[in-house]
Amino acid sequence: MSDPVVDNAVPSGNSSVAIPTDISGQILDLDEDDDLEVFSKGTTLTEGSSFNASMQTSPASMINQYKFEEEEGDADTKDIFVTVDNPESFVTAIETYVTYRVMTKTTRSEFDASEFEVRRRYQDFLWLKGRLEEAHPTLIVHPLPEKFVMKGMVERFNEDFIETRRKALHRFLNRIAEHPIFSSTDDFKIFLTAESGELTSHKKQGPSFLSRMGETVKAVAASVRGVRNRPEEFTDMQEYVEAFTQKIGSLDKVSQRIVREKKEHLEELKECVPIYTLWSQSEEELAEPLKSMADCLDSCCKETEEQVKEHNDLLIPALHEYVLCTETLKAVLRRRDNIQADFEAKTEALAMKKADKDAESKVLSLAWDSLVGRSPEEVKQQRQQKLKGEIKEMRDELDKMEDRLEWANNALKSDWTRWQKVMRTDLRSAFVDTAERNVNYYEKCLAVWESFLHSQRTEAEGNGKVDCS
Amino acid sequence: MADSGSEEIAVIGNTDLTPSESENNLKNTMVEKGTNLLKRMEINVAEAEKRTGKNAVNMQETYTVYLIETRPVDAASEGTNPVPDSLWRRYSEFELLRNYLLVAYPFVVVPPLPEKRAEFVWHKLTADNMDPDFVERRRVGLENFLLRVASHQVLSNDKIFYSFLTEENGWKETVFETGFQAKADSRLKALNATFRVKNPDKRFAEMKHYGDELQSVISQLLRVRARAADRLYGVYKVHGNYGRVFSEWSAIEKEMGDGLQSAGHHMDAYAASVDDILEEEEHYADQLKEYLFYADAVRAVCRKHELTQFELEMAAQDLTSKKQQREELATGTVRTFSLKGMTSKLFGQETPEQREAKLKMLETQIEEGEELVKERNTECDEYVKSAWVDIERFKEQKDHDLREALISYAIMQISMCKKGIQVWNNAKECFSKM
Repeated sequence: MSDPVVDNAVPSGNSSVAIPTDISGQILDLDEDDDLEVFSKGTTLTEGSSFNASMQTSPASMINQYKFEEEEGDADTKDIFVTVDNPESFVTAIETYVTYRVMTKTTRSEFDASEFEVRRRYQDFLWLKGRLEEAHPTLIVHPLPEKFVMKGMVERFNEDFIETRRKALHRFLNRIAEHPIFSSTDDFKIFLTAESGELTSHKKQGPSFLSRMGETVKAVAASVRGVRNRPEEFTDMQEYVEAFTQKIGSLDKVSQRIVREKKEHLEELKECVPIYTLWSQSEEELAEPLKSMADCLDSCCKETEEQVKEHNDLLIPALHEYVLCTETLKAVLRRRDNIQADFEAKTEALAMKKADKDAESKVLSLAWDSLVGRSPEEVKQQRQQKLKGEIKEMRDELDKMEDRLEWANNALKSDWTRWQKVMRTDLRSAFVDTAERNVNYYEKCLAVWESFLHSQRTEAEGNGKVDCS
Repeated sequence: MADSGSEEIAVIGNTDLTPSESENNLKNTMVEKGTNLLKRMEINVAEAEKRTGKNAVNMQETYTVYLIETRPVDAASEGTNPVPDSLWRRYSEFELLRNYLLVAYPFVVVPPLPEKRAEFVWHKLTADNMDPDFVERRRVGLENFLLRVASHQVLSNDKIFYSFLTEENGWKETVFETGFQAKADSRLKALNATFRVKNPDKRFAEMKHYGDELQSVISQLLRVRARAADRLYGVYKVHGNYGRVFSEWSAIEKEMGDGLQSAGHHMDAYAASVDDILEEEEHYADQLKEYLFYADAVRAVCRKHELTQFELEMAAQDLTSKKQQREELATGTVRTFSLKGMTSKLFGQETPEQREAKLKMLETQIEEGEELVKERNTECDEYVKSAWVDIERFKEQKDHDLREALISYAIMQISMCKKGIQVWNNAKECFSKM
């Protein structure tokens, strides 16, 4: 598929169309999932080291940078602010898609200016995530909102869907910005600052589709091979991830069920209101309290509606994101395993080569050699040289792989701690918020009923019917 | 008829009335009304028990009996606490009493019994008559019924009612001896017949219409309320799942573990709290049900008025036609078409002797007819008077009771909200320690 012929960045004040209420089926739209741009053969993915300049490749310095930056994670020292807002749908002859405005404010020196505003579409976010994952296979990238929610007939252009997605994209970018490694990558910088043309050409410089395919094949092969001596801490991580996946999945389901039940309760409650109103019309003395009752129930309905909406807007997406996170975690652990498997395979190959060499030095293949007119000694020498060369090559490679593995392991360990902290903060605040909103809801309902009670008592007093002792 | 405008005791006190407390308040209200009976005697339906025995068709059956306790009022105030007189009655006997009262006092809006079968149930409650919760609520309803009757100026003086409370054996026979059964059957037939009244009392027509509306509205309300209770139950109980998952999750976390664990406990508490909440709501439903059945009683009284009015109109109509016949016979003119006229045309006039005999008969009939009309007129007037008094009494009682019911509903909602605030504040604290 060829490049979309469209301009990615939409500068303000152009002829982009605001989101209509229903434009499904209007135009042949390309699936946002497609990312089949074929890049020219550029840099292939090198093992371990990333392909942007600002990355330091030595594992030791990497770890140091990690630790250092972890301590300065306070909001006070935050020097970059990113927002995602203002979704707009972009219509062309070929396709329709939504772009979001990404605004950056920063004091970082590596940025040319202090403020940027660009427009990005979902595909671009997907690209960024892919790049970060490739460059850092054992670091944990915050999940993106799902590509297409197949819930019934949700359209990609449905307002609620777009708003939910926008918020998730906002969170995604902010997590990246808060991450000590990711936020200083070139890709991130370009994502935030490049005009559309620039971005498109930068995208092309990345690894080719084919090379990425190759990487996937290698990964599959590695996973088939399996890891022999996985360090215990990574096994522990694996077990944790499996358990966590279950728990967060359950929480997600439970929360959604609660929202459903609340909605149904709300429906019934709503039905009570007109009945009380109807009743009040056939009463005299009771007309006022019955009408009052109807009003109270109506207010409570409104409060319930508000509460349900808040749950939907805050708790549900927060939990859902961590459900998506579990996939990321599993992938990261898998990739780490693959790197180790690769290393183990190479180690084995080297050992075999060495064994070959040793064996070789003992074998006399006189017959063939004399046939081709070489002296046994010469041949032996040649062979030994060749093997030595090969072995040296392999050993060099193996050293690199060992470095890579060590780096991957350490990166994962640090990021794991980091992720746990972030997870804890995120989920804690989601639940604290939920609890607070529930308290709020009950407080509001309490006020409604207390004022009803008060009005009934004063009314009764007024009618001289009550002996208030 | 003594006036029922005595001061009513405030049922509105603090905001934390439990259902049993508000029941007591209702009792006190009725007791304070001060009928002679209640001045003398305290009435309770204290217990319920299961019995088995042979029924009318000689089959084994299980049924519930209720213990009615009566105690002289003075004894309690004197400080001595004598053992109350008591007897056991089953639901069917209460029904018999009520049917008797309906026939004996057709102008009274007779208090209803608690429902025969559980209706408007939401899923947790069963419709099983043997279910202990149902039995308990029925016990309360039966006590309420007895107190309502005992606090009614007219009904409380009834001897059959008194012996219902005091004579265990032979009461049934006494009731049947009154011969009310025959009247009951004819009453039922009459009430269900369709007839058109020319001049009903407007107030009764309006009241009947009101009874219809009240019945319709309360039925709707009870139905929706039952569904809402079901849903609310679901909301609360699903939170129990949070409790379970939090507890499991806390096992794999280090720092978050404690906060999660304790938050989980609060979620469990929240889920469990719905049982009490819905039990209290059931009490509100029972209060509504009482007036649902009262609506029926009101309609019956209005219907009876229509019946008496109709009978008066019939008698008057009959009288008029008889008078007309006399006139025709006397003057020999046939004004209206009649079989008599036709036959006389065909077969010739009657003899003067026959005419004389007929005239005499008509005169007697007219005399009787006039007596009947006078009787029925008086009946009608008296009925209208006494029924309307009771209807006014009923209206006041209804306004008071239903207002109280709404207030206690509000109190219950307030308590539910307060509990919710407490639980979620606690949960919030635990979450913030996560």
